[in-house]
Amino acid sequence: MALLLKNGRVVDPAVPLDEIADVVIRDGRIVEIGRDLQIAKGITVECAEKVVLPGLVDAHTHLREPGFEYKEDVESGTRAAAHGGFTAVCAMPNTNPICDEGSAVRFLVERARERGVVRVHPIGAITVGQKGAALAEMGDMLAEGAVAFSDDGRGVQDAGMMRLAMDYAKQFPTTIISHAEVESLAGKGVVNEGAVSTRLGLSGWPAEAEEIQVARDIALAELTGCRLHLAHLSTARSIALVRDAKARGTAVTCEVTPHHLFLDEDALQTTYDTNLKMNPPLRTPADREALVAGLVDGTIDCIATDHAPHASHEKALEFEIAPWGTTGLETALSLVCTHLVSRDVLSWSDVARLMAHGPRSALGLEAVRLEVGGVADITIVDPEARVDVTPEFFESKSSNSAHMGATLLGKASEVLVGGRFALRNGKVVG
Amino acid sequence: MLSTRHIIDIADLSADDITTILDTADSFKEVNERRIKKLPTLRGRTIVNLFLEPSTRTRTSFEIAAKRLSADAVNFAGSSSATVKGESLADTAATLSAMACDLVVIRHKYAGAPRILAEMMDSHVVNGGDGMHEHPTQALLDLYTIRERFGRLEGLTVGIVGDVAHSRVAGSLVPALRMMGATPVLVGPPTLMPARPDVLGAEVSNSLDEVLPDIDVAYMLRIQMERAEGMPFPSLREYSRMFGMNRTRLDVMRPEAIVMHPGPMNRGVEIAADVADSERSLVLGQVNAGVAVRMAVMYLLLGGDAGGAVA
Repeated sequence: MALLLKNGRVVDPAVPLDEIADVVIRDGRIVEIGRDLQIAKGITVECAEKVVLPGLVDAHTHLREPGFEYKEDVESGTRAAAHGGFTAVCAMPNTNPICDEGSAVRFLVERARERGVVRVHPIGAITVGQKGAALAEMGDMLAEGAVAFSDDGRGVQDAGMMRLAMDYAKQFPTTIISHAEVESLAGKGVVNEGAVSTRLGLSGWPAEAEEIQVARDIALAELTGCRLHLAHLSTARSIALVRDAKARGTAVTCEVTPHHLFLDEDALQTTYDTNLKMNPPLRTPADREALVAGLVDGTIDCIATDHAPHASHEKALEFEIAPWGTTGLETALSLVCTHLVSRDVLSWSDVARLMAHGPRSALGLEAVRLEVGGVADITIVDPEARVDVTPEFFESKSSNSAHMGATLLGKASEVLVGGRFALRNGKVVG
Repeated sequence: MLSTRHIIDIADLSADDITTILDTADSFKEVNERRIKKLPTLRGRTIVNLFLEPSTRTRTSFEIAAKRLSADAVNFAGSSSATVKGESLADTAATLSAMACDLVVIRHKYAGAPRILAEMMDSHVVNGGDGMHEHPTQALLDLYTIRERFGRLEGLTVGIVGDVAHSRVAGSLVPALRMMGATPVLVGPPTLMPARPDVLGAEVSNSLDEVLPDIDVAYMLRIQMERAEGMPFPSLREYSRMFGMNRTRLDVMRPEAIVMHPGPMNRGVEIAADVADSERSLVLGQVNAGVAVRMAVMYLLLGGDAGGAVA
């Protein structure tokens, strides 16, 4: 079946391309890009005033299946992804059981094939049970379709263990993802250490607990030659460490989340809103500005959501015992449009770089380009669509959004995965 | 009347509110000295003491206060909610709300729990201590005790000595003192100081001996030995030597300066036994004021006005 995307602003810095054009898709691939194209039969999608981007990928998603299906599952999580404009998600391994062996990866791959609305790339655990004590079967997991490894939710505490993992992993075409957190420093911390921890009487999670492990893992990447990706960086010094490492030529990439970009600890000044409890915690306004600067100057490779759904009864607990995290898949693109694109901080090319190419390149996924012959993984954005973030807005099973109540501008209207609609006219298909 | 429905943080109150509470407590204190210590003021009103963390002293004080005002006081004890089992605080709140109580006093292990309660319930909420956050009625009774002794709060300097970082007492006392024109000075080793004392508006000293000559009140915090997750100082002996109140230190203070402690005391650690029992120690005065201040808080939240407290 043929598909014609008509009159959209087609943007892909990898081609490079930024012009009003038509795109013809046949059998899951782009067959023609140009002006005034026609198709004999098929579907025409009017894209005037819209932006056509290479399909967005989320490098950091918690799909929660198996084990926590009451929070999210492969179906609801991939529906949420499509709703937010993503053509693929990378699923973190902290499920129950932990995804730390080939059969667990196979389960997820098969589940995604049966019920997934967008592509799912499994991430396996670095260590067995994410306990930080013994190497997980990386080779087995890669053979079943894993793309990278992370003990996300916990840092690998022992430096020798991390070195061993990176030394072992470098034989594969894969990436070790670091959740940087020195537990002896973060302690019982639940908010950034400083003004807010003092005011709210909550234990502090200091910036240094992240930065020390970021510095350690960059050093280990240099020692071992293993590719390193740093997850959800939240502080100015973490970004500076990555900037310096990249200047030295180290094979390191990093991501930041929308919540660390668009919220800071001041949001917690007067409330114990558990939707604002995340790991790492919301940092200072100065940190937030440093993250934005890192996006602009290229230090940061991708914006990743760390989509972390939790049931409402879990988030209704006291702040200190409520689970970490905010959902993110369905608000990320709208937040980026609202706060960065519409204020001319980022261009649409930058959005493609940070949300489509950056994550693929960081995690070694196959590149997707808006060019003839390219796989038709495409995100179409309506920059003028208004989004009211309410509980009813979400396709996710959970609505623990740090941005609840916000009004945003810009939303995906269509998502194509291999030339098939996952989202059409703003509605999830399938 | 107060300007707030709930007393969760000291910041819920204005300086006028605090003065109203202290003035109202004055008249209740007189009642507490009578042979028949009971007023009909809150007859028919239900006050629940929701103590989800062990406490005998504070709960007893609230219970006596409620009963002296003729309210029906009910104790609801239990343990703080767990993620895995047990009723959540939100469900407890809904349950109490369905029982139509008028005022809930909550003591809870976790900061912010009274806010959850206030959002879930129609009744008034008084924070009886939440985690390491605040304990506002303790601060109010401390203000009462200090005002009673000095006749004023403005211009006084109060040294708050010890584990400020983990102290909900300090969490309320510091803003309360500042609101009333007094100056708090936090004293202790750096490991017991909050991350950002500046946001509380308090000065910090690591030397008790240096501040002693300048303070009107030495407020000795309890060393929370049960909290220690890796002791933040080498030994109780060293702590006592550097930050304990003893007779020698008492003699360095101004003659009119006093010693306070929120209780329960670790005698021989933060306060020497002879100091605790001396005429310069107002520890029992604080306990006594606690009942009157809590009566005032309940009375004012439940609609009374300052003038008509004692019929």
